[in-house]
Amino acid sequence: MSKIALGFIALCGAIALPSVIYPVLLMKVMCFALFACSFNLLIGFTGLLSFGHAALFGASGYLAGYTSRELGIPIEGSIVLGVLTSSVLGFLMAGLAIRRKGIYFTMITLALAQMIYFVFLQAPFTGGEDGMQGIPRGKLFGVIDLSDDLVMYYVVLIIFALAFAFIARIVHSPFGHILRTVKENEPRAISLGYDADRYKLVAFVLSAALTGLAGATKAFVLGFETLVDVHWQMSGLVVLMTLVGGVGTLTGPIVGAIIILILENKLGEIGEFLAKLTRIEWLGALGESVTIVTGLTFIVCVLLFRRGVVGELNAFILNWRRSSTASSARKDVNAVQEPS
Amino acid sequence: MDEIFGIPMPALMSQLLIGLVNGSFYAVLSLGLAVIFGLLNVINFAHGAFYMVGAFLAWMGMNYLGINYWVMLLASPLIVGVLGFAIERTMLRWLYKVDHIYGLLLTLGITLVVEGVFRAAYGVSGQPYAAPDGLSGAINLGFMMLPTYRAWVVAASLLVCIGTWYTIERTKLGAYLRAGTENPKLVEAFGVNVPVMVTLTYAFGVALAAFAGVLAAPVIQVSPLMGSNLIITVFAVVVIGGMGSIIGSILTGLGLGVIEGMTRVFYPELSATVVFILMAIVLLVRPSGLFGKEN
Repeated sequence: MSKIALGFIALCGAIALPSVIYPVLLMKVMCFALFACSFNLLIGFTGLLSFGHAALFGASGYLAGYTSRELGIPIEGSIVLGVLTSSVLGFLMAGLAIRRKGIYFTMITLALAQMIYFVFLQAPFTGGEDGMQGIPRGKLFGVIDLSDDLVMYYVVLIIFALAFAFIARIVHSPFGHILRTVKENEPRAISLGYDADRYKLVAFVLSAALTGLAGATKAFVLGFETLVDVHWQMSGLVVLMTLVGGVGTLTGPIVGAIIILILENKLGEIGEFLAKLTRIEWLGALGESVTIVTGLTFIVCVLLFRRGVVGELNAFILNWRRSSTASSARKDVNAVQEPS
Repeated sequence: MDEIFGIPMPALMSQLLIGLVNGSFYAVLSLGLAVIFGLLNVINFAHGAFYMVGAFLAWMGMNYLGINYWVMLLASPLIVGVLGFAIERTMLRWLYKVDHIYGLLLTLGITLVVEGVFRAAYGVSGQPYAAPDGLSGAINLGFMMLPTYRAWVVAASLLVCIGTWYTIERTKLGAYLRAGTENPKLVEAFGVNVPVMVTLTYAFGVALAAFAGVLAAPVIQVSPLMGSNLIITVFAVVVIGGMGSIIGSILTGLGLGVIEGMTRVFYPELSATVVFILMAIVLLVRPSGLFGKEN
């Protein structure tokens, strides 16, 4: 019950938020949060580390941008086409990668994504190094004009909320439980009669489709698409978002996406503030070294903080509840013993 | 015999040589990855970064201190080896008990930091590094001009690869290493100091990468991004060859380099992707890799 209440409060907050924060930034956060949540569906609930998700994310964005700008297909149609593209690519990628397990799976997805990157680098329609500019938002269902950022914000919020609800539904469904069985103990899942590879494939395609949704939406939010979205560093970034927030938690990737995007966008200001505070001058140059800070965050998270923000919080609450019930139980025992 | 399939012979030969040179780098790098993976179960994403650091150390030695190529060819792998020693001792070692993916993520973080530092200092453009005097010319073989330095790269890489193969397969130290790969607990029970062996293996693996980096410095421009672009191709090479055998890594590396070179001659559009396409085909036909064992 409390979870539904929390969700309701979060939704109310999200509706009111654009009056305080620039809506385009909020939309960008939501797109990346959705990207990280879809990625987490694989690593957190199926135990597969894909390093090729950037290719799916970018491919969908490019395709949606192309169909909308060059072919004049309305936004809803372009997003559907983007999702289809990433699903098909995800199907092909997973079909090859699940032939190997563990770390090999990761290397194969990375290599295939690099191949897609080179294809996009050379293909004429992507605009190469310059990227694809001027993707029009147009009108949703031919009626609602999306050029207003606030209108676009609510559309993106609806997309995000529905997609998140869908992910939560997958995780809590019998299918989701089987995925977790595959993650925890694959031989056991197989011996129970589940075709583990098929479940992995379906999970990958679902994750790819949702990643595509995030990618296509992001292309319309920002109005441009660049090779950055297809590059392997973007895959690294989504891994980091999930890791910081908490692998295998539902809300963790959202928290992680917020933290990482703030870090990326505000690093210069944070650096200047720290420089003033500590009087160490080189901290002022922090804004130019996003890569270094990202790398350090990775190192710290992997070594000290593997459960992530939400994971640590959950563990803390669980611990606190356990110790409080344990102490009340002890009181009961004392109460019984005293009369004698 | 001036042309083959309409391609002039000298052009074909020079691309073949470039392919062999690239193949040598693939071979040395995938060998290092395989040695590290064998004992540590860690895919060392930072391998490309160490390759880059190796090349930069050679360049820095020349530019700042006037140290020549031959000294740096030894010193650079040593310095990077010490760096690897420190990284294994202070960071990697804490991750052996958890899922292997964390090793990959840690080394990815290290890659980003190292690349970021070099990018902040030197930008993304390449720094030229001249080949040493003795190797800067070319030998006329009659049918083609053989650039001496490129021939040296191939020879030196092969020498290092074969030396590594000999050490691992034919010496007592190598026997410990192979046993440690099979069953580290048992080897430790026999009185071998496995943790030290693990540290030294990592240091050796990254030193190999730095060695390749110094070899590469005069061939390609020394730039902070030279490593991360290469390492993903090397991952594909590793998937194709399988990490089961050392000879396998060497042959796969060289072979793919040559195939890539030939693709550049006959169908340049595919030269960037041909290795990945081959990887997909190998995965379909023989999922465990050309030289790999099941599991």
